[in-house]
Amino acid sequence: MAKPFDVSDDKFDEEVLRANSPVLVDFWAPWCGPCQPMGAIVKELADEYGDRMKFAKLNVDGNPKIASKYGIQGIPTLLVFKDGKPMRQIIGLRPKAELKKELDQLLG
Amino acid sequence: MTMDKAYDVVIIGGGPAGLTAGLYATRAGLKTLLIEKGVIGGQIANAELVENYPGFPDGISGFELGQLMHQQAMRYGLETIGAEVVALEPGGKTRLVRTSDGEYVARAVIIAGGSELSKLGIPREERLTGKGVSYCATCDGPLFKDKTVAVVGGGDAAITEALVLAKLCSKIFVIHRRNQLRASRILQERAFAEPRIEFIWDTVVDEIIGDERLEALKTRNVKTGEVSTLNVSAVFIYIGFSPNTGYLKGLVPLDSAGLVITNERMETTTPGIFACGDIRHNSAKQAITAAGDGATAAMATERFVREQG
Repeated sequence: MAKPFDVSDDKFDEEVLRANSPVLVDFWAPWCGPCQPMGAIVKELADEYGDRMKFAKLNVDGNPKIASKYGIQGIPTLLVFKDGKPMRQIIGLRPKAELKKELDQLLG
Repeated sequence: MTMDKAYDVVIIGGGPAGLTAGLYATRAGLKTLLIEKGVIGGQIANAELVENYPGFPDGISGFELGQLMHQQAMRYGLETIGAEVVALEPGGKTRLVRTSDGEYVARAVIIAGGSELSKLGIPREERLTGKGVSYCATCDGPLFKDKTVAVVGGGDAAITEALVLAKLCSKIFVIHRRNQLRASRILQERAFAEPRIEFIWDTVVDEIIGDERLEALKTRNVKTGEVSTLNVSAVFIYIGFSPNTGYLKGLVPLDSAGLVITNERMETTTPGIFACGDIRHNSAKQAITAAGDGATAAMATERFVREQG
């Protein structure tokens, strides 16, 4: 069972940008209500898509560099990286079915 | 269709109304499914501190209140899924609930979908949501620490959120279309005493300026007609609520604002379809009244299901 891993400002380059598979990064913070169910959905997606891509969580509280580099001004926000580039941005809580459609499209 | 998708009751919406209905329905022995498209707790989950829900003398975070209500209902067997309802078909003995994640059959349906924050309905509002335009100060406020921001609105939600932002941001403009607030007196007094909050009265936002992110607001004084540009990093919009009743048109009676009309037992005129909480015509739109509605709706639903046999 694949699980989302926590990523920090320092490790972002190594663990996300230079990863050899696409990585979905869930930008969240403990103070944010809608981030909680989004986190639960990301956990389920990691379980279902874990063999094809990676799932990371970045707590914007304590990791401001990456959040500001990618212009995160609202959370939850999901960013999917492929070959070091952000391919798709999804802002705000969405139903799981909608996110699955996005991932299916991205993974082709 | 598998049998495990058949329920006595399907509750649409996981705020205080739906969660309380779930608690009462499960305790009455009804097989109950709750469908929530967003956050358990609903609107209240976004409130940093709820000070008017009895039983919590020091207040409680809205998110935690929702979680506690959910836990309590789950103790008695409430099932929950995260999905959005797209259609409801009344039928004879059973009702069909179509969702973004499958179909469910229910003998009775309790509509507790509440309402969503209204949009200003101006250009770039949608495109810059999450890029400076926000409907959740608790979520996004900390990303604008020590910045100048604006709040639009004058009710309880607007002033509560302005007070949240006053702890984080250097300056908060509260833009309100009237020259006095609708918010409760205690919140008004706190806001007037807060030096970082400045009120801009009799003013509406006509335009959102910015390409990649919000840069400024174009405002207009409704009395003088004077147009100004206000440079802010974020705008938090709390101008009221719109009910989530789009899929109910033609199915149950709605008032002119789109709210569901019920009797005092929370029954609509469509058999087996009940409504409770903020989505209901004449609701006081408080967590505690929504919870009360939920209990009433569940009790009426139990009687309906038992009578149907």
